[in-house]
Amino acid sequence: MTENHELRVSKIQNGTVIDHVAGGQALNVLAILGIDGTSGETVSVGMNVPSDRLGRKDIVKVEGRELSQSEVDVLSLIAPAASINIVRDYEVVEKNRVVRPDVVSGIISCPNTNCITNADEPIEARFTVLSDGVRCEYCDSIVREDEVAANLTVN
Amino acid sequence: MRQDHLISATDLSREDIEAVLDHAAEIDANPAAYRQQHAGKVLGLCFFEPSTRTRMSFDTAMKRLGGQTVDMGPVESSSVKKGETLADTVRVVEGYADGLVLRHPSEGAAQMASEFVDVPLINAGDGAGQHPSQTLLDLYTIRENAGLDDLTIGIMGDLKYGRTVHSLAEALTNFDARQHFISPESLRLPRNVRYDLHASGSQVKEHTELDEVLPKLDVLYVTRIQRERFPDENEYRKVAGEYQIDAETLEAASDDLTIMHPLPRVDEISPDIDDTDHATYFEQAHNGVPVRMALLDILLSQDR
Ligand SMILES: [Zn+2]
Repeated sequence: MTENHELRVSKIQNGTVIDHVAGGQALNVLAILGIDGTSGETVSVGMNVPSDRLGRKDIVKVEGRELSQSEVDVLSLIAPAASINIVRDYEVVEKNRVVRPDVVSGIISCPNTNCITNADEPIEARFTVLSDGVRCEYCDSIVREDEVAANLTVN
Repeated sequence: MRQDHLISATDLSREDIEAVLDHAAEIDANPAAYRQQHAGKVLGLCFFEPSTRTRMSFDTAMKRLGGQTVDMGPVESSSVKKGETLADTVRVVEGYADGLVLRHPSEGAAQMASEFVDVPLINAGDGAGQHPSQTLLDLYTIRENAGLDDLTIGIMGDLKYGRTVHSLAEALTNFDARQHFISPESLRLPRNVRYDLHASGSQVKEHTELDEVLPKLDVLYVTRIQRERFPDENEYRKVAGEYQIDAETLEAASDDLTIMHPLPRVDEISPDIDDTDHATYFEQAHNGVPVRMALLDILLSQDR
């Protein structure tokens, strides 16, 4: 049955499949990866695909690209159940679950407009990861999990 | 203390706090013994926001330890006006001074600045964030008047933007204190402070009316509700009156109630309270000098 649904999103030759993303988060995954369609990568997105584990899930397949650790770290915040599959020559050669890091930096901006990280200073925003969100290491503002996507610097 | 800087009250353990308060008490008892303690040392005062009292208090504390201060002057006439970053400013002033005191309008400014300097840096207020040296003098005053354990304290006023409140509430989680927060709905404690209080397992309650809790309080800590926090004047008038106290209000209070305020006050504490035994806010302000002397002495004496 899963196989059948997977067919809705074409197979890739080399690259990354991000599976088990919570339904509705696929576009935020693309935002984290800095993919907006202008750089020519082949990307397939399945949204609200039926899933045994999540009910509805999103799936993102990126041709010709393996993700960096910092990208995976931030992915873990909006898609804690995601699995990252590395594909080479149409075969999954590596399958990893995301792991929530202790700290993320550079990819989320602080929602507090008066935070020093939003001023013109030579630092980037850095967040401690909490069980249900992240916390700015400068101003202490808490960004809940469901608000992380809205604060991506790439948005 | 565990580190060279004082950025947030959350960095302070009970042991750290007691070390500063005990040392402040020693200094208070015999200030003459510390007159040459830091002779030859210089403290840099970087105030990016006006604050006569806090600045004078640090200035006095450093001079009473035999040291000197340098001051960057008003922001309008400094290089900041020309667009210099805070990171650059503190690195320059670090070259002149053995320690820095920073007051800045942005939250997180002190944390950032501390990452660029090697000398001890004290946060003297960062936007609506933290003001930990004020908290130490508040705790000193509370300890002298009501004790820090088995304490029931009410903290009232602008709890959202009041940095002295944020620091005090976080520091009190180290003690056996029952904290009652009294404010208009729109000026409740910010999410991050509530998160920390909850995580610490402290006994915390939030109220909109003072009379719900007044009779059981040992300490009432009052802060100013600022007119400019309200988008419209009527909204301000509606709430402001609710949070003003006078002799009549205090009829319901315990005879031992200690009333504190970080000052300046406007009209939230009526002058008819000033001559009562409840009024502790001027004593609280005076405690700023010995407490800051203790803090500076500890930070400037560390082996670098
Ligand atoms: Zn921040």
